[in-house]
Amino acid sequence: MEKNDMLINVVLFSPLVGIVLLLIMGQRREERIKWVALVSSLVTLAFSLVLLGAFDPSKAEMQLENLGEWFSLGNYTVSYYVGVDGLSILLVLLTAFIMPLAILFSLYHVKERVRLYYSFLLLLEFAMIGVFVAQDLFLFYVFWEVSLVPMYFLVGIWGSEQRIYAAVKFFLYTMAGSILMLLAILWMGNYFGTFNVMAIKAAVEAAAGTPQGAFPSAVTELLLFLGFFIAFAIKVPIWPLHSWLPDAHVQAPTAGSVILAGVLLKLGTYGLVRFNLGLFPQMSVTLAPIIGVLAIIGIIYGAWVSYAQTDVKKLVAYSSISHLGFVVLGIFALNAAGISGATLQMVNHGISTGGLFLMVGMLYERRHTKAIDAFGGVWKVMPVFSGLALVITLSSMGLPGLNGFVGEFTILLGTAGSPVLGVLFAFFGTIGVILAAVYLLYMWNKVFMGEYRAPVAEHGAFALAPAAGGGHEGEGEDVHAAGEAHGHDNHGAEGGNPYTPLTWNELTALIAVVIAAFVIGLYPRPFFGYMDASVGATAAELARYIPADATAQSIQAE
Amino acid sequence: MQPAVATEYFVVLSAVLFIMGVLGVLVRRNAIMIFMSVELMLNAANLSLVAFAQQWSNMGGQLIVFFVITIAAAEVAVGLALIVAIFRTKKSIDIDELNAMQG
Amino acid sequence: MEVIASFVPLVVILPFAGALLNLFLGRYLSEKLIGALATTAAALAFAVAAVMTVGITAHGYEAVVVNPPILDSWIYIPSAAIDIPWQMRVDTLSLTMMLVVTGVGTLIHLYAIGYMHGDPRFARFFVYLNLFLGFMLILVTGNNFLMMFVGWEGVGLCSFLLIGFWFDKKHGEGWKNSNAARKAFIVNRVGDFGLLLAIFLIFWTYGTLDYYKPNEVLHIGGEKAAADVLVREGGDGIAHGQKGVFAQTEAWLAEGGHIVSFGVFELPFETVVTLITLFMLIGVTGKSAQIPLFVWLPDAMAGPTPVSALIHAATMVTAGVYLITRNSVLYHAAPLSAALVTVVGAATALMAGFIALGQWDIKKVLAYSTVSQLGFMVAAVGIGGYAAGMFHLITHAFFKALLFLGSGSVIHAMEHGHHHAHAHHESEHGEESHGHADHAHEEAFDPQDMRNMGGLARRMPITFVTYLIGTLALAGIFPLAGFWSKDEILGKAFNAAFIDGKLEGFAMLGLLLAAAGFTAFYMWRQIKLVFLGVPRTEAAAAATESSPSMTIPLLVLAALSIFGGALNIPLGVNSVLVIGVLFITAGFWLLWALPSVRLFFIGRAEPVTSLPSLKPAFRLIALGSAAAFMLSGAAIILVPSLGASYPLETLVLWLEHSVPYTKGLTLNPFLAILALGIGIGGILLAQRVYSPAPLAEGNQDVLEIRPDTRPAFQLANAKLYWDETYGRLIEQPYNRAAAWLAHKLDWEFWHDRFHHTVFRDFYKRAADFIATPVDRGAIDQGFLRIGRAVAQAAARLRTVQTGYVRTYVFTMLFGVVLVMLILLLPLLRQ
Repeated sequence: MEKNDMLINVVLFSPLVGIVLLLIMGQRREERIKWVALVSSLVTLAFSLVLLGAFDPSKAEMQLENLGEWFSLGNYTVSYYVGVDGLSILLVLLTAFIMPLAILFSLYHVKERVRLYYSFLLLLEFAMIGVFVAQDLFLFYVFWEVSLVPMYFLVGIWGSEQRIYAAVKFFLYTMAGSILMLLAILWMGNYFGTFNVMAIKAAVEAAAGTPQGAFPSAVTELLLFLGFFIAFAIKVPIWPLHSWLPDAHVQAPTAGSVILAGVLLKLGTYGLVRFNLGLFPQMSVTLAPIIGVLAIIGIIYGAWVSYAQTDVKKLVAYSSISHLGFVVLGIFALNAAGISGATLQMVNHGISTGGLFLMVGMLYERRHTKAIDAFGGVWKVMPVFSGLALVITLSSMGLPGLNGFVGEFTILLGTAGSPVLGVLFAFFGTIGVILAAVYLLYMWNKVFMGEYRAPVAEHGAFALAPAAGGGHEGEGEDVHAAGEAHGHDNHGAEGGNPYTPLTWNELTALIAVVIAAFVIGLYPRPFFGYMDASVGATAAELARYIPADATAQSIQAE
Repeated sequence: MQPAVATEYFVVLSAVLFIMGVLGVLVRRNAIMIFMSVELMLNAANLSLVAFAQQWSNMGGQLIVFFVITIAAAEVAVGLALIVAIFRTKKSIDIDELNAMQG
Repeated sequence: MEVIASFVPLVVILPFAGALLNLFLGRYLSEKLIGALATTAAALAFAVAAVMTVGITAHGYEAVVVNPPILDSWIYIPSAAIDIPWQMRVDTLSLTMMLVVTGVGTLIHLYAIGYMHGDPRFARFFVYLNLFLGFMLILVTGNNFLMMFVGWEGVGLCSFLLIGFWFDKKHGEGWKNSNAARKAFIVNRVGDFGLLLAIFLIFWTYGTLDYYKPNEVLHIGGEKAAADVLVREGGDGIAHGQKGVFAQTEAWLAEGGHIVSFGVFELPFETVVTLITLFMLIGVTGKSAQIPLFVWLPDAMAGPTPVSALIHAATMVTAGVYLITRNSVLYHAAPLSAALVTVVGAATALMAGFIALGQWDIKKVLAYSTVSQLGFMVAAVGIGGYAAGMFHLITHAFFKALLFLGSGSVIHAMEHGHHHAHAHHESEHGEESHGHADHAHEEAFDPQDMRNMGGLARRMPITFVTYLIGTLALAGIFPLAGFWSKDEILGKAFNAAFIDGKLEGFAMLGLLLAAAGFTAFYMWRQIKLVFLGVPRTEAAAAATESSPSMTIPLLVLAALSIFGGALNIPLGVNSVLVIGVLFITAGFWLLWALPSVRLFFIGRAEPVTSLPSLKPAFRLIALGSAAAFMLSGAAIILVPSLGASYPLETLVLWLEHSVPYTKGLTLNPFLAILALGIGIGGILLAQRVYSPAPLAEGNQDVLEIRPDTRPAFQLANAKLYWDETYGRLIEQPYNRAAAWLAHKLDWEFWHDRFHHTVFRDFYKRAADFIATPVDRGAIDQGFLRIGRAVAQAAARLRTVQTGYVRTYVFTMLFGVVLVMLILLLPLLRQ
């Protein structure tokens, strides 16, 4: 089979083209820069839709591949090998979908070092798509590390007060995990003589029946498994490796949080499916209950902890721990239902939590505070925004008919019938569904419902919200000036309404999220359809490792 | 052609002269005397060189003697200049007083 | 039939379309148009349901499964063998629910046009109402558990939105409303948790979530009593997973000894069914407000009154009853769960009835009454009286919606009366009167507090008469709707106790009879406090009758409350007498109501009963009613003794086409008289207790004054401390634990201390260690020491340098001699 598909290269490298364009342009031409960035991300989205069209859902294996030699060192050849299958195609699409939203939101809110900012965003997109399409362990590692750098700078330069601390913490934590993964990758490359994931997978599968297995010893396999697992677990993050997450999420600029929650965390869960399940099926089966317990703790712990937060953004950040606990639970249910649900839930979480962060960002731009207690009755003053935010909140809560439910339900259904986890895990996982309502409604009530709380006039609180949505080129500057003037006018006015209506770009971003939530919620069939063959193959492969007498502890009544 | 005097005698004389020179250098404290003793050693060497040159009918030895004489002359020039310079500063040419090199 | 039934998606789509239209266009439309749009959507849905009812009757009550034309499948994962379609089911049960929901819904929509007049979010209110109808219809029409769950959660959402509709009220009211909404959602989520687990178990037991597959119909065997499910096509050759849940249950039960294998363990089939039904019960207690999850419903009264009537009385809260009825096959197979359902329902009925005795808020009384009546229904379906439960569901929908709307009319009138009195007062003092739109300018006036009311019968005749009808129907007075349905439930309990000898039957009978007594008492107390006596506040004195859009639904519902009982009376020869009595009594109520109607149209403000021209007529009517009661009593006692019996079975004959194990019942005269006696007794007792004046001094209840009833009243008034108990046992520990987890464990310990001490400080200490002891210490000092050693050695060696020329010369000589010796040594050897 020919492995020289160009389309996937186009998708992968189109953000880089955007960066080149940005770098050619003068640094001062901020107006034009952000439009170029937006268009670039939209072009990537368009290409990824074309990719989706070219994708054949009936095939389980890798397709639309492109394979070439990158470089070789001695006996080791590192190949440039990219391709997509059912597990990754939706995530590529998710990345391409989230990025325009992040840029849309940033259009009028980011004013410093604009060119650098958008260049980093596009670089991030490049790296993230790269992680999802790379089918060579070494290439994967390169993309994995590259994705760190722009995020580090996004947090570190455009973040809030403690941005440096958060950026360094984010970088070091992720790096610490990556190092272990690098060791594991090098060992694997040495042992199997190739970095090609598909080749290694084939070797592992071929050795499935043999008494020795694909690896020299169980301990080796365990160490390799852990090398990958810890790297991914930090990224996801799986409890208790989450302590970088509240810092990074809270300190990051809104677009950064959106991408961080929307896509970056998925790198970890995707890695778990692709590498941990794909390359270490035996170890996955052995360790599934332990990881399942961690996931359950994460679900309940994340939900519980976010309930006690006083900062909206932190609340949403902790909710990610809970949501991704569901994803991990689904993955390690090791059956088709669980993995399907988990893969869809990755997309869902990207959409709903990305939406939540957009929502928090819009509130922050208006009030310049993230303290839950500072809000109240927003629904009264911003009905449209609140309506959209309600849908997003409900989607995050897992209301049937919206996307979150389909994923959570399928995951929990898979967990309940899992050959390794079972009903007890589903029981505790479902408690998370209750707790999600507890913390999200707490947030919703405090912020959007209740009496309208007119803010005490804050100095310069109105300066940043453009008075009118100026969408045309060259108009932004005027809009900014107008907003500035507006702000000055209001400085003396006590309790003036800071809740300016949504600008067109904010509205577009939220509507896109809401539409996506409804589409997946009401008709997820095509989404499941894209992944079905690949998930089925993965689950079938895993099933070979599950002992037939797993039902030994049968509880038989007399 | 047989030599008029046997080479052994020259060698013995040369050795005696050399020992005298050595003893002079070791024993005397006056710099001029030490200098002269050094000259004595040089000339002892010259003597044996000439003697052996004659013995083996090799003119190389005599040739070297010329060099030695030339160097000795130069050495005398430099050495006397040094002594004069030292005398000017120290008002003495007693080498036991010249122990600035002591560690 | 298929053609007619294929309209069923319309039933769902119409309300959603109405909601969408109002959502996007509402801001451009007038109130009347918005209301008309929403009401039309509901009415059209009702019309479709009615047409389908006719259709299904004409076609032998055959159930039809319909795939909606657009969204055919929902969760479809071939590799995991999951196929959950958007599939709807039209059968007699779902049609019953559809008719109730859309019928009562339409009336309440109409009512809300008047009630919500002038609200700034008028359009949004109707969006929510239509949305609610849509979700409720999904709930009842879905052909699988997950679709039912969609509706189940969807109505919960709408309930949340509508309870919190007035989230922005001033003086802390808004926060109270918001928190009530949140409480409702969260408590319901606890119930949903149980339902979800039940669904998981069902899926892994049966491999499907469909109630019935499209090719299955419910087949009625030779005996009506023993309905069994047969597969119409495919016979026994259908593989596992091909049968619907209920057919498969029947098959496995018949087969016996089936073992269900889950991923990691196995269970006998009967145990699994018990587990499923128990988890389902959790869902029922959440949605239908049963012990222990009923606490949200009284708080839910924070919503506008039409919401209380539609969602929290007539439709949504009965979803649990529908659920159990739908799963009659499973509950039949799990006697333990069924018994638990019965006990929970009966206990709830009594407990809520008791609490209702001590409430002051007009809507809180009705709320606890609703909880109590839901307890009746749940107990009924628990004991196996599915038709009885559904019957009570229907009649309760009529009279409880009526009561809520009546209370809404009262509250509305009180508010306006208060405004009127207030404005009047202020104009007397020569002050500018405030705009009526500003609802918040008065502080401490509660238009829902019954202590502020009194004597409203004269001010609001239509509301009073209809409210009275509702009260009597609820109290189970012959021959109103409540009498028949309550009696059937009691009859079921009686049979279960005395014929089947079931223990829970005795418990149910005792608890429900007591609850029936409470019901009559607290309802009559309410009538006394609200409508009779003299006005106790200016507001009550200034109250006026509500507008037609509010009173017309009251009248329609009153009529339904009167005749609703006829639903289950067979149209046989030997029941002519009963029907005759029914109509005579109904005529009495109507005669009383008619003058009110006339009054409404003429617009005269005087109390009807004081019109001199009507006084003889009223006397006549009073006599007639007394005669009707005597006649009916005689009929009930006499006719059975003549050898005839009244099979209460119309609804049974209808429902048994969709609900297996539906059994009919004959009227038990002894029980009927007993229940009627208890009802009348409760009313008479209340009349006696509250007779001289409804309130004692200091606005205290008469029962509160009397030392012997004082503790009981206070207990009821404090709602048995349920909220406090939950607060202390669950909410506070949860909050404290959350704060501890978040701030202490996660942030201070894990984020700060652990991160700082273990990661950062470890790194720092390691860095310090490398910097100070290792680098400065070992490495640096090492090189220094080498240097020093060299220096020392040099110092020692320096002494060799004497500075004396002769030493050097001698040394040199010595060296030369040595070299020469070494060179000469080989020669010497030779």
